[in-house]
Amino acid sequence: MRYDTDTHAAAVAHGHATFMGLDNRKMAFWAFIGSECLLFGSLISTYLVYKGRSLVGPYPHEILNIPFTSFSTFDLLMSSLAMVLALAAVQRGDMKQGKLWLLVTALLGLVFLGGQFWEFSHFVHEGLGLTTNLFGSTFFVLTGTHGAHVTVGVIWLLTLWIQALRGKLGPANAMTVEITGLYWHFVDVVWIVIFTVVYLIQ
Amino acid sequence: MSEQSHATTGTYLRIAGVLVIITFIEVGVFYVPVFQAALVPILLVLSAVKFTLVVMFYMHLKFDNRFFAFLFGGPLLLGLAVVVSLLFIFYGTVRLRTGS
Repeated sequence: MRYDTDTHAAAVAHGHATFMGLDNRKMAFWAFIGSECLLFGSLISTYLVYKGRSLVGPYPHEILNIPFTSFSTFDLLMSSLAMVLALAAVQRGDMKQGKLWLLVTALLGLVFLGGQFWEFSHFVHEGLGLTTNLFGSTFFVLTGTHGAHVTVGVIWLLTLWIQALRGKLGPANAMTVEITGLYWHFVDVVWIVIFTVVYLIQ
Repeated sequence: MSEQSHATTGTYLRIAGVLVIITFIEVGVFYVPVFQAALVPILLVLSAVKFTLVVMFYMHLKFDNRFFAFLFGGPLLLGLAVVVSLLFIFYGTVRLRTGS
């Protein structure tokens, strides 16, 4: 049986099916993720269009810390792995593992946010603010918007974890965890692009 | 839900391993001077591979209904078109102004 056939059967059983037989919550969320592609597409375009046009420093090559950001990238990739493991555990009814991996995902998200806070503080200390130059404006808006998405994701994950602790999350709510996972993985793929476009291609 | 219906835990772990290896390659390519000439295309391809792996396996798009792929892929292509168009428009304008 294919994955979509399984999820459609679950959608019909829970009264969330559209006329296509798809879960309406999942369909709406994929549409939302599609709209997010356009949001981040516009922010990345803005960064690229103004790339190399700052009249004063600090410039990207002077301030970006590749080893540190590589660790942040590794951290976010591992959080995506933890998220799929959480979903798989919840789907098979193993809530002990489900709770563990949900917490691990949230903690890895918090580590990423801590790293971003340290990076932003370091940049401000080095003289790069939101209005210092075009690089500062476009960098802080792009990575800050991504960081805001990670923050929402961490709050969402912790809410699910608390629900699981209170016994209100189980295989019947697997779609809720799957949708949370879609959001979290999307935040990860956006970072994959940002890491390449902003940090590695200077 | 049967285990055969979508990716298994082993697949998730293998994908994570591949993602980490590609990230190491990306950072390595960034630091090795011999790759500087082809740095941008190499990094873009590696990034696209990572993006595709996460979307196909972790977001289950490979196993899920094709309509979800349409809902995601349509705006994604539109977003890419916006990025490429703006770059062409902006840098084309700069080139016309500077004559270079």
